[in-house]
Amino acid sequence: MQYTDILRFARDAATAYPLRTLLSVLAMAIGVASVVLLTALGDGARRYVVGQFSSLGSNLVIVLPGRSATGGFNPANGITTTPRDLTVDDAAALLRAPAVQRVAPLAVGTSEISAGGRVREVVAAGSTASFMAIRNFQLAQGRFLPEDDWRSSAPVAVIGMTIRNDIFGNQPAVGQLIRLGDRRVRVIGVLKSTGQGVGMNTDELVIVPVALAQALFNSNTLFRIMIQARGREQIEAAKAQATAIIKARHGGEEDVTVITQDAVLATFDKLLGALTAAVAGIAAISLLVAGVLVMNVMLVAVTQRKAEIGLIKALGARGSTIRQIFLTEAAMLSLAGAVTGYLLGQLGALILRQLFPVFPAYAPGWAVAAALMTALVTGLLFGILPARRAAQLDPVDALMRH
Amino acid sequence: MTLIALAAIERVFHLGETDVHALARIDLTIAAGEYVAVVGPSGSGKSTLLNLLGLLDQPTAGTYHLEGRDVTTLSPDEQAAVRSRRIGFVFQSFHLVPRLTAAENIALPMMLDGVPVVVREQRVRQALRDFGLDQRANHRPDELSGGQRQRVAIARATIMQPALLLADEPTGNLDRATGEEVVHLLEALNAQGMTLIVVTHDAALAARAGRQIMMEDGRVKSDVSHAASTTLTSV
Repeated sequence: MQYTDILRFARDAATAYPLRTLLSVLAMAIGVASVVLLTALGDGARRYVVGQFSSLGSNLVIVLPGRSATGGFNPANGITTTPRDLTVDDAAALLRAPAVQRVAPLAVGTSEISAGGRVREVVAAGSTASFMAIRNFQLAQGRFLPEDDWRSSAPVAVIGMTIRNDIFGNQPAVGQLIRLGDRRVRVIGVLKSTGQGVGMNTDELVIVPVALAQALFNSNTLFRIMIQARGREQIEAAKAQATAIIKARHGGEEDVTVITQDAVLATFDKLLGALTAAVAGIAAISLLVAGVLVMNVMLVAVTQRKAEIGLIKALGARGSTIRQIFLTEAAMLSLAGAVTGYLLGQLGALILRQLFPVFPAYAPGWAVAAALMTALVTGLLFGILPARRAAQLDPVDALMRH
Repeated sequence: MTLIALAAIERVFHLGETDVHALARIDLTIAAGEYVAVVGPSGSGKSTLLNLLGLLDQPTAGTYHLEGRDVTTLSPDEQAAVRSRRIGFVFQSFHLVPRLTAAENIALPMMLDGVPVVVREQRVRQALRDFGLDQRANHRPDELSGGQRQRVAIARATIMQPALLLADEPTGNLDRATGEEVVHLLEALNAQGMTLIVVTHDAALAARAGRQIMMEDGRVKSDVSHAASTTLTSV
């Protein structure tokens, strides 16, 4: 029997029983669609988090005050001396490290902003000109903080888009004076809107020179020191050098924590990748169930078409031909189900992306390939038993039934 | 020329504790081109004999030579090839595939044998003409009359030009006139040289054959041959 004939024969046999065919295709489709959709969700979450972390800036090393052991809370920490604060001088010292390209001190506090009779509370961040390069900020209007002496507290501010809209409406903001706490500062720039990010929401941020911020909060400590390493391979070196410098400056005590963005990213990446795989595994169970259903449907088909099998045996069909016919039919059902499920899953992911544009719900290629392969393999595997049963049918018995 | 030679053929069915001898030491020789009717009461073994002759069933003992070749020792695949090319079946209940058209049903043996599509189409066209089914080529079995269905079945059974045509109660599901028509068709094929073996309950139909084999309890009770001309007058 020629392959084209086997295909046509199996196709006609499948379409001759539309309900039975539809149900098994549907079962397979649901299995594949759920793998595609669930992995799209899982991988979307992973991409979202990774994307958010990446938007913090590249080759980032962050210095936090206080020693935090990675092993969780250690009671020994409680009885050591209070850690020394991070200062602007600490930050400036880090510029000496060869692996460090840029350093930006960061002081954060809440303050009140008012202009034209409108008042609102804001998060004020004190930093320097390099903050923009390190954090990949984009400006919508005006310019960023001037390249000044870090001790200069020029009365200027760069504001986030939401604040700009809240305070100025559709009036121009750049060049206007606003009141920030007890200071009068001039708006020199507006940040481009980025939406909700990990950590600070830059749309609701007011950035002022670090000296101004410290004066505003009446404190000389820093919240963080942001460091940009000279390259990806310099991140570890920058981390080590920063630690060494701060340690030397703090009387030999290592009372800061230096984290790299890569480490955080890798952890989240691994965590959410594992989650996606787990979800895919759970969804794959439905594929197994679909495979069992295809087997059931094919077994029913063998019983239903007993006379036909007997007949084609009488007409000279070999056992292998009959096996091929039934295996082909099972493969067709699985393939149709897999393709339908793939399309359904992608459609679902598309709808998801339309509903939540910030959420990159794309099914990863490996999951799609695995789902399609599993569908086909289970379909074929579970098709073997019915096909064997058909081939072993006694033609006399099969023909007598009629 | 001898087409079929059965020697000491036995077929035993095991039904629970008891053994049923459906065929008990059958010796039979049928020449090529013969027209044979196998008659006998139900359970006499005539259907079992037909299944054995058609290689649908295996004898428990004995040998079966078809066209001089011992077919009892062939592998299942080799037997399938013999069925495909040398033997045609006509059944009482036609056994057409319901989802296939008349033309597709006729082409089925050629399709199973891997005959190229072009050859298939040409031979199916010829067969449809020969059996008066030109207008019915694209009709499914449920759109055909009983006579037409059996004509499709006969066209299918003979499309591979077999040496042996086996018919199991070919008129059993047909009215008298249609049955007559089908019998004439089979006899015409026999006249062209095809060996025809008919299993029937119908004495009138059996009487038309050149040779009648009467079966009883798995044995050949009588085996009578007459000249074809005498059988025609007796109808």
